[in-house]
Amino acid sequence: MTSRRMAGWQGEPVRFRFDGRDYEGVRGDTLASALLANGVRTVAASPALGRPRGIYAAWTEEPNALVRYGVEPMAQATTLDLTEGLDATSLRGRGRLSEEPDTSRYDAVHAHCDVLVVGAGPAGLAAAAAAAGTGARVIIADDRPVAGGSLPDTAETVGGVPGDEWAATTLAELGGRPDVRVLSRTSVFGYYDDNYLVAVERRGADAYSRERVWRIRARQVVLATGAHERPIAFAGNDRPGVMLAGSARAYANRHGVLPGARAVVFTTNDSAYAAARDLAAAGVEIAAIVDTRDTAGHAQDGTEVLTGHVVTAVGGDEGVSSVTVSGAGHVDREIEADLLLVSGGWNPLVHLFSQAGGELRHDDATGSFVPGPVRQAVEVAGAARGVFTLAGCLEDGAAAGARAAEAAGFRMGDAFRIPETPAEEPAEPAAHLWLVEAADYATHFVDLQRDVTVADVMKATGAGLRSVEHVKRYTTAGTAHDQGKLSGVLTSAVVGHALGLPLADLGTTTFRAPYVPVGFSTLAGRDRGALHDPVRTTSLHEWHVAYGAPFENVGQWKRPWYYPRAGEDMEAAVLRECHAVRTSVGAMDASTLGKIDVQGPDAAEFLDRLYTNMMSTLKVGAIRYGVMCRPDGMVFDDGTVIRLADDRFLVTTTTGNAAAVLDWMEEWLQTEWPHLRVYCTSVTEHWATVALAGPGSRDVLAGLAPGLAVDAASFPFMTWRDTEVAGLAARVCRISFSGELAYEINVNAWDGLALWEAVMGTGTVTPYGTETMHVLRAEKGYPIVGQDTDGTVTPADLGMDWVVSKKKPDFIGKRSFARADTSRPDRKHLVGLLPADPGRLLPEGAHLVETGTLPEPPVPTLGHVTSSYRSAVLGSTFALALVSGGRDRMGEELYVPLGDELVPVTVTSHILYDPEGARRDG
Amino acid sequence: MAERLSPPARFTPVSSDDLRIAEVPFLTQINLRVDPKSRAAADIGLALGAPLPTDPGTCTSAQADVLWMGPDEWLVVGERGDDPEGTIRAAAGTAHVGITDVSAQRTVISVDGPRSRDLLAHGCALDLHPRVFGPGRCAQTMLARALVVLAATGEEGFRVFVRSSFAGYLADWLLDAAGEYLRKGTVTSR
Amino acid sequence: MLLIPCPWCGPRDEAEFHYGGQAHVAYPENPAALSDEEWARYLFFRDNPEGRFAERWNHTAGCRRWFNAVRNTATNEIEAREVIA
Ligand SMILES: [Zn+2]
Repeated sequence: MTSRRMAGWQGEPVRFRFDGRDYEGVRGDTLASALLANGVRTVAASPALGRPRGIYAAWTEEPNALVRYGVEPMAQATTLDLTEGLDATSLRGRGRLSEEPDTSRYDAVHAHCDVLVVGAGPAGLAAAAAAAGTGARVIIADDRPVAGGSLPDTAETVGGVPGDEWAATTLAELGGRPDVRVLSRTSVFGYYDDNYLVAVERRGADAYSRERVWRIRARQVVLATGAHERPIAFAGNDRPGVMLAGSARAYANRHGVLPGARAVVFTTNDSAYAAARDLAAAGVEIAAIVDTRDTAGHAQDGTEVLTGHVVTAVGGDEGVSSVTVSGAGHVDREIEADLLLVSGGWNPLVHLFSQAGGELRHDDATGSFVPGPVRQAVEVAGAARGVFTLAGCLEDGAAAGARAAEAAGFRMGDAFRIPETPAEEPAEPAAHLWLVEAADYATHFVDLQRDVTVADVMKATGAGLRSVEHVKRYTTAGTAHDQGKLSGVLTSAVVGHALGLPLADLGTTTFRAPYVPVGFSTLAGRDRGALHDPVRTTSLHEWHVAYGAPFENVGQWKRPWYYPRAGEDMEAAVLRECHAVRTSVGAMDASTLGKIDVQGPDAAEFLDRLYTNMMSTLKVGAIRYGVMCRPDGMVFDDGTVIRLADDRFLVTTTTGNAAAVLDWMEEWLQTEWPHLRVYCTSVTEHWATVALAGPGSRDVLAGLAPGLAVDAASFPFMTWRDTEVAGLAARVCRISFSGELAYEINVNAWDGLALWEAVMGTGTVTPYGTETMHVLRAEKGYPIVGQDTDGTVTPADLGMDWVVSKKKPDFIGKRSFARADTSRPDRKHLVGLLPADPGRLLPEGAHLVETGTLPEPPVPTLGHVTSSYRSAVLGSTFALALVSGGRDRMGEELYVPLGDELVPVTVTSHILYDPEGARRDG
Repeated sequence: MAERLSPPARFTPVSSDDLRIAEVPFLTQINLRVDPKSRAAADIGLALGAPLPTDPGTCTSAQADVLWMGPDEWLVVGERGDDPEGTIRAAAGTAHVGITDVSAQRTVISVDGPRSRDLLAHGCALDLHPRVFGPGRCAQTMLARALVVLAATGEEGFRVFVRSSFAGYLADWLLDAAGEYLRKGTVTSR
Repeated sequence: MLLIPCPWCGPRDEAEFHYGGQAHVAYPENPAALSDEEWARYLFFRDNPEGRFAERWNHTAGCRRWFNAVRNTATNEIEAREVIA
């Protein structure tokens, strides 16, 4: 295979492999430039039609050259740095995810600046330099590995030096300023409200993080994102060897690579003449310039220019071998060539501007969509707004940068001196041709990646579609990895052609983030694996780990689930733990319960309004269970309230609702009752709480707290005492969530482990986990908010009428209990269920039906199982369920459909164990 | 009897030329709620040696550090064993104030060194530029996915107050993010 | 990610706030005196305009204060805000 590298091009060799064959490129190549240098023309098969495809462009707009390598399932060969040992495979058909896990690190950084400049081409560099000169904090982000935007592609000079040299020097100077941050290889891919932009920095496999997401909040933004060359739809425009003219120029000037030996140039404008000149100088024979206009541009002496001509056919199945051109009054000519360079003009890159909410306007002079009005603080400069001369871009960028800095409050400073550029030839006006008319449009490709042709678009308009958004969805044009960078406006133009409407009236489809493909792993950043979600632990956590407890996730909390002994499974461990609490004594880590300190002269009045029951009558030293409802009367949370002083209470909440309850309190205090003198403070994690439960708990407590009178008369149920337990300052509450004699011992969280170890040190206490806690509370019919309730359940539904005060004039939810809906007889009530087969464990969530044979669907359901366990004391499995009219169904047999089976169950009271409450005093 | 145990009990301090991360456990912390225009607020400020800071996001440092948490809320932070609660209660007398010992509610991780801002910027959306968030500034905000109180204690130093239950998560997160800045002269010690 | 101006803390990322729905929907003076329909209107009915909308926000990850803001629901621009006192 012949080398197509320009003679004398220097570069450190880099070996790589593509589709199983070994090649050599040079440092600074992309995979695409290295493949072209090795004469590789076909790099892909099109996804739908399987047609051979070649490299079409030179950067992110590339539609064809997709590869996979390592764990990366889809990358553009045109943006992929050539690295030693790179082993890439072309994508044929659809991409697929790597089966290997991606072990790279990804992360994110938040950044702030006065002026964010997107793009380090001539306009962007001038903007950044002008803004930085005022002292503003500037970030300049550019997606290329080297600065200069199009300058390395065009090899123009700036300030008397090669453009890429000027760009590198300017960027280095910027990077040396203390308040300027230069982000290279960084693609800004999203532009959101309030000038929040998100970018991805490709840092490479050797960096601490392979890719980094930048979340940038900018006071002002300058978009200097450049332009993409436009393709033209003509027959065979997808053959390998058809390439955008500016991209071919880039391969020659940036990489020293000749994409072919003999080229035909097909153009509507002058820019392709410059490309032809550079390629000719590099060694490509220019067979002819085919110009759709009647007036030629400035071609090099000796180059044949065919004005008023178009390309009507491309010969060569595996790649361009000839080009057929036609012109009015001329005989068709077939010209031998292996390269067909296309330029339909230039489209400003308005993607980010459009994402920012900017309106686009059609500019008749350039035949393109350019930025219009926008509400965000953003300037657009250079080619991105249709300025296509080098001098114009430098001037435009400098002005935009200065305006942005001024708008951010910066004015005086070093003025940026716009460098000299060579005089530019006056340009002939461009023609606007999107489509070469033909009788058959089957190979006039609009979207190369989606294999969408002009014929497909016409089928869509023929079916009556008129909106470009609808045509996009009907044809899939513009929906590939490149998001229509080349095909989007072309599709609009073809729709316009088909409907006889001007392009200006059709507009474009909506531009959405991300501008370039971004991996999910990149977006996830550090939030994966162990850091995926915060893990909340109590002060006793290490002990639970050491004793082998599996953990139950309760919100973000890790709670010990049970403590298996050698040879025990979960069922055996839980039955043992339950037995210990019912017959002896057990201890549980209850630290996760929410705790809120409520202080102030109006604290009692405040709690009366929040809870359904009366709290103001609670005596200092006493504890009361309470329920909170939303104004709609549905249960929101429950817990205990202990009165510390006349003007001070400690409220406990469920583990999952601690933050929500505090927010709820603040909401009412701040927005409805600001006159109430109350302060609420979370103390959830200030305390460690150990629950001691079982008939033996009094003796254990007495042993640990010799100064505490523990007999039932001195320390009655629902009271609390401050004392010392195991030598630690402690608050002991006599409350029970199991029906047994029980205490909750609270100490400073720093002392939690010391307390727990003292309890365990007695040798008589069985540690138990949340599963045992659940079984014990369910046997007693105590509901868990969020498990046995779901936001549609009232206290009455739970059989807790007693907790709803009839005396208080109002409390949150009260009015709703007078609504007809909350007293319907068919409301779902909390009941118990006993399966006919005492070994049968019902799945939580299972539904209940009335009859032992299933009727035709839809099957009416009476409710569902909310909690289900095996019970040691009942000698049976049992469940709690919400059942329509359940309290009127005691003793009824209902059925739980499980697969093909209907499992019979008997409805019972939700209180299945010790309904008299005889056990709570031990 | 077991020793007092701070929340990220397995946290190992790390330091390099660029960055130092360590826990500052067992500080005394009091949550104070009081009307800033009240006599009690003035008296408490006098007792603590500096008026309660009323500019949002600022803190003062006299007998204790006092961090603005909200328009009527402060976090008073004393050294281990200090008793600012007694001082505040005595100054407040019978006025309507909320005084709550929250010493174990949060622990403190100190982040110090030339790269401290870079480290925090991985997880904190606030603008930490020295002109914006220099010494004397504090904020309640998010660091990674944990609620924190962040206080700038010096030109390059920060204190991160984090809820005890989140301390292990945040320590793991900080150490992972810090890896990039610990390559030079890293010393870890228990 | 909106930048929402907390009246106390200044502009902060949207992620630090909880949305509180329509502003100025006061808890009725005497709920018991309301008809079922009037009570349902308080509980369940809210405006949903395109354009200016007065709504409540809580700076949950910051100072925990509630405030009212007027947001243009079409553009997300916050035009005014006020402390609730
Ligand atoms: Zn705030």
